Amino acid sequence: MGDQHPANTICGDGSLMASPWFQLDRSGGTLRLTAGGPWTVYHAGSIDAGLRRLEPEGAGAVEIDAGAVEALDTTGAWLLLRTKAQLAAAGARITAFKFPETYRPLFEVIETDTPPPPAVVATTTSLAAFFERLGRATHQTLLQALGILGYVGRITIEWFKTVTRPQRHFRFTATVHQIEEVGINALPIVGLLMFLVGIVLAYQGADQLKKFGLDIFTVNALGIGVLRELGVLITAIIIAGRSGSAFTAQIGTMKVNEEIDAMQTMGLNVDDVLILPRVTGLVIALPFLTFYADIVALIGGAMMCYFDMGITAPMFVRQLHQAINLDTFLVGMIKAPVFAYVIGMVGCFEGLNVERNAASVGKLTTRSVVESVFLVIVLDAAFSVMFSILGI
Amino acid sequence: MSERDPIITVRGLVTNLGGRLIHDHVDLDVRRGEVIAIVGGSGSGKSVLLRSIVGLMRPAAGTVHVLGEDVLASDDSAMRSLQRRWGVLFQDGALFSSQTVAENIQVPMREFTDAPQALMNEIAAIKLGMVGLGTDAAQKYPSELSGGMRKRASLARALVLDPEIVFLDEPTAGLDPIAAAAFDQLIASLQKSLGLTVFMVTHDLDTLHAICDRVAVLVNKKLKVGTIDEVRADPDPWIQEYFSGPRGRAAMR
Repeated sequence: MGDQHPANTICGDGSLMASPWFQLDRSGGTLRLTAGGPWTVYHAGSIDAGLRRLEPEGAGAVEIDAGAVEALDTTGAWLLLRTKAQLAAAGARITAFKFPETYRPLFEVIETDTPPPPAVVATTTSLAAFFERLGRATHQTLLQALGILGYVGRITIEWFKTVTRPQRHFRFTATVHQIEEVGINALPIVGLLMFLVGIVLAYQGADQLKKFGLDIFTVNALGIGVLRELGVLITAIIIAGRSGSAFTAQIGTMKVNEEIDAMQTMGLNVDDVLILPRVTGLVIALPFLTFYADIVALIGGAMMCYFDMGITAPMFVRQLHQAINLDTFLVGMIKAPVFAYVIGMVGCFEGLNVERNAASVGKLTTRSVVESVFLVIVLDAAFSVMFSILGI
Repeated sequence: MSERDPIITVRGLVTNLGGRLIHDHVDLDVRRGEVIAIVGGSGSGKSVLLRSIVGLMRPAAGTVHVLGEDVLASDDSAMRSLQRRWGVLFQDGALFSSQTVAENIQVPMREFTDAPQALMNEIAAIKLGMVGLGTDAAQKYPSELSGGMRKRASLARALVLDPEIVFLDEPTAGLDPIAAAAFDQLIASLQKSLGLTVFMVTHDLDTLHAICDRVAVLVNKKLKVGTIDEVRADPDPWIQEYFSGPRGRAAMR
């Protein structure tokens, strides 16, 4: 066979760099392997496959001479030792194994310390693996749903305890802080977005209704759309992205730092200290935010009506008054605390699920936002069905 | 290169952290093949010195040369080729938590070499053996390991490219005395067999006596460097307290 490796190869960047090489000589029933060049981890890729294929092919004795290697590290030493063991296992007798004396400690540490290496990174991509993943994911989802359900129950019980004995459990300051954090600090972003939503709705409504000469009914569409559905829905989605994720990240980071464990050993009830103020704060803040969002969206819509169709403010208010009644407003508002409860609950639940590693915080924060937005929309649909059955 | 060549050279290093002077014109030479330990009180800036040398922090003034390369003035490619010639062991291991131990160890190989996966698996197993971890640790995630095992796994990652220098940040902190002594022996034996230069930050007096050639004490924002006996002779009250206090005397026996 006589593998002949060039002493020099051109590297990717055009520079001339020495490569490791080995030569085989099979004369006289003896396999002589001569190695040279830098046998280091950086160049091992070029000789690994050739050495792995090496067989005695009838040679009874093997001489390995690595006396000419220029540099040797753990990887190079391992390649020599592996080749030696491989040839010996194939029935050849190793009659010589030479290497520069300076590297003796290196060979000693590998020979004494090393068990036979196993396959370390195994990746399977078979059909069975696919079904295994599918099964695991399904199982995981069911467990997750069950977990949330159990958690909602537990927190609800805690909440009733708090309501009956507020002086013992209720953290007033923390709750007020949360109201500021999730409610007042969210005013600018919610205001801006709802103002734009009002403008867009009025513009699109006017565009269509103008064709029938029913311009003024834009106000009806806007009023009912915003008050019943869009005000609360968009606010809830913004808050899920803004505060639900923050809950998960805060509680998750505390979990990683063992702060939650510290609280428990000090006899603090984690539900009281961390969960209830957040959920309560959100349940109080979201209805107010929704009210604010409704008003801002109507103002945006009214402005668009004036500039697009010349509907003045008094006309707008008169038409709005005819279009809606108190029920329209209440139908929207009644959803706000329910959405808030779900968002807060999912955010805190996922936070407590974080494992003790950094990747877990990010993963569960994402999952928290996706789950709470999903649940908010599902609940909104459920409310619609319920209201239509009730005839509201 | 001769044995006496300085492999790390620090000149006139000044570090300010939040308006507080940490290092006031610190000089240090580390020779090839030696084990040097930086000691000093908590908050005296030992880890900051290490971070400045490996280029994680920019000092206010001074120069740092490692393996002849100016760490503070090198461009990206020079820095990359320097970075694969050293390994760093952080205090709590700093293993990537989303990867198994084997994948962690293979990260530098994947980044810097063209070794095929089968060879990388073998090398990872050898390195695990070198640091005294069984191959069953290879498939575990860092969160499933004890503190001592995390340090060993992290040392395996630091050694995977056979670096010339290893930086160790408090290698024995948080280990029980038996594990700490075993870790000292591990570092000493690897240092001999791989010809490493070891730069460590430590509080551990036993480590100093067991494996260090020289000690650099960081007191009053300056470094005092010498063999343990030379440094012990220094009249500085902190040094006297450190080496002659009850723990210092116990470690001498």
